[in-house]
Amino acid sequence: MPQPPRAPLGSLAFIAVIVAAGAGAFAYTAGWFSPQRLTPERLVGSLAPAGGPALGHRRNHAKGICFTGMFLSNGKGTELSTAQIFRPGEFAALGRFNLGTPSPDAPDATVRVRGLGLQLSTPGGEVWRTAMIDPPVFPVSTPQGFYELQKAAHSKEPDAMKKFAAAHPEFAPFAQWAGTAPWTSSYAEDPFNSLNSFVFTDASGTDRTVRWSLVPAAPLVPITPEELAKRGPNYLEQEIVQRVAAAPQRWTMIVTVAEPGDVTSDPSKAWPPERRKVEVGTLVVQRIEAEADGPCREINFDPTVLPSGMRVSDDPFPAARSSAYRVSYDRRTAEAKDYPRTPSAKP
Amino acid sequence: MTRDRTRFTGFQRLLHWVMAVCIIAMLFIGIGMVSTVRPDYLPLIATHKTLGVAIFVLAVIRLGTRLAYGAPALPADLPPAMKLGARLSHYALYALMLGMPLIGYAMLSTAAYPVVLYGDIRLPAILPQSDSLHTLLLAAHRALALAFFALILLHIAAALFHALVRRDGVFEAMAPVSLTHRSLTHRDKAAPAE
Repeated sequence: MPQPPRAPLGSLAFIAVIVAAGAGAFAYTAGWFSPQRLTPERLVGSLAPAGGPALGHRRNHAKGICFTGMFLSNGKGTELSTAQIFRPGEFAALGRFNLGTPSPDAPDATVRVRGLGLQLSTPGGEVWRTAMIDPPVFPVSTPQGFYELQKAAHSKEPDAMKKFAAAHPEFAPFAQWAGTAPWTSSYAEDPFNSLNSFVFTDASGTDRTVRWSLVPAAPLVPITPEELAKRGPNYLEQEIVQRVAAAPQRWTMIVTVAEPGDVTSDPSKAWPPERRKVEVGTLVVQRIEAEADGPCREINFDPTVLPSGMRVSDDPFPAARSSAYRVSYDRRTAEAKDYPRTPSAKP
Repeated sequence: MTRDRTRFTGFQRLLHWVMAVCIIAMLFIGIGMVSTVRPDYLPLIATHKTLGVAIFVLAVIRLGTRLAYGAPALPADLPPAMKLGARLSHYALYALMLGMPLIGYAMLSTAAYPVVLYGDIRLPAILPQSDSLHTLLLAAHRALALAFFALILLHIAAALFHALVRRDGVFEAMAPVSLTHRSLTHRDKAAPAE
C-alpha cells in the first residue's frame, strides 16, 4: 500500500541539493569553473597565427606532403621491445614530411623546424605512430612551457621572447641549434628525432627508457636560408617529389637507450652521446603524394599510438600532444570542405 | 509473473547498481579527460574505452533480463504524465547505454585511431576513416553525453521523489537491499511527529 505523502518541503530541498551537487561536480570536472586551466583547446589555439588558423589544415606543422614506403626491420630491435615491427621483415610505412608552422602557405625558408610524421603497421594489427622533428632537443621542458613559448612568439611586445628565454633557461640549447645548425635544401638530408622518451619492454619483461632517431643516408649539403628562399617558396616539396621519383630515399632508425640517472621526463635535455645505440632498421621512402588527397591526410600522427612492447614514459609531452593533436584533428576534419581533396579545385 | 513482483530480481538490481557506478564514472572520466592537458589523459582515455566496452556488454545483458523478467508495475495511482515520463526516460536510458559505446567506437574508427583497451586488447575498426562521419559522431557523442548526465540527474531526482515524497515503493523496487520492512516500521513510528 502506498504511504500517504508527507510534507514534502524538506524532501524536495534535499533532492534539489543532491541534483545541484551532481551537476556542480560534473561542471567542476569539465573545467567550467576553472577558466585558467590549460585545456587542449587553449594549447591548440595558442598556435594560431594572427589571422586565425588555416581551416581544414593541421593546427601546427600545417605544411606537408605525404609519402609511402616500407620499413626494413633488421631484427635487432627485438633485444629492446617485443613490438612486432622489430621482427625481421618488411613492413608498410606511411608518413608525412612537414614544416613546423601553422600556415600551409609559409615559404620554406621562413620555417626553421622540419618534421616527419610516420606510421608503421604490422600484419598482426599493431600500429606505431610517431611525429619527429629535426632539432636535437625540444625548446621547452613542459607542456605549460610550450604554451608560454607560443604566447611569447605571437606577442606584440618587442622583448617577449627575451623575457621568455630568461624565464626558461632550458630554451638555450634549442636556440643555439636554431641559430647555428646548417639548413638543407632537402627533407632527404634531414635527421628526425623523437625527442620524447618512451619505455620499451623486451621478451623477458625488462623495461628500458629510449628515444629514437631517423638518420638520413643522403649526405648533408648545407644551404643558407637566403639561397633556399631564392629557389622558391615550395622548393622542398618539389625537390622531394623529384628526388624520390629518381630513387627511394633512406633513413636508418636508431634507438638510444637511457641509463639510470638520465633525465627521461624532459625532452629539452639531451642524453650523453656515449649512450647505447641500436640500429633497428631502415625507413625507405618510395612514393610521394600531395597531401590534399594523399594517404597521410587522414592520419593523426598521435605519438601515443604504440604497439605492444612500447608505452609512454614519465615524459609529460606525449599525453599533452595526444590531447592537442586530437583537437587539431577534430577541427580540421570538421572543416574538410575548406581544404578540397583535389588541389585543382582550389579557387 | 512479472506483475506479481514488487521488486526487480536480485540479478536485475545487481546489474542496475554496478552499471550506475560504471556509467557515472564513465561520464566524469569522459568530461574530465578532454578538459585538461595532463599525463592522466592517457590512463583516463584507456579506462574510458575499456569501461565503454564493459558497459555495452552489461547493457546487452540488462536488456535481455529486462525482456525476460520485465519490471514491477508502477503504482496504480501514479499520474499518467509521470507514468509516461518514466517509460520514455527508461527507453532513453537504454538507448544511451547501448548507443553511446557504439557511437564512441565508431567515432574512433572514422578517425583511423586504433582502439586499444586495457590488457593490450586491440579491437578492429568498425567503419572506414571519414571526415564527415567523424564530425557527426563526435558531435553526437558529446551532445548525448551531456543529455545522458542530465537524464541521470532526472532519474536520481525521480527516484528520491518516489522514496521520500510519494513513498510508493518504486524506489524500493530497485533498492540494492530490501529496505521496505524496516523503513515502513520506521516511518510508521515517525509519522505522528511530522
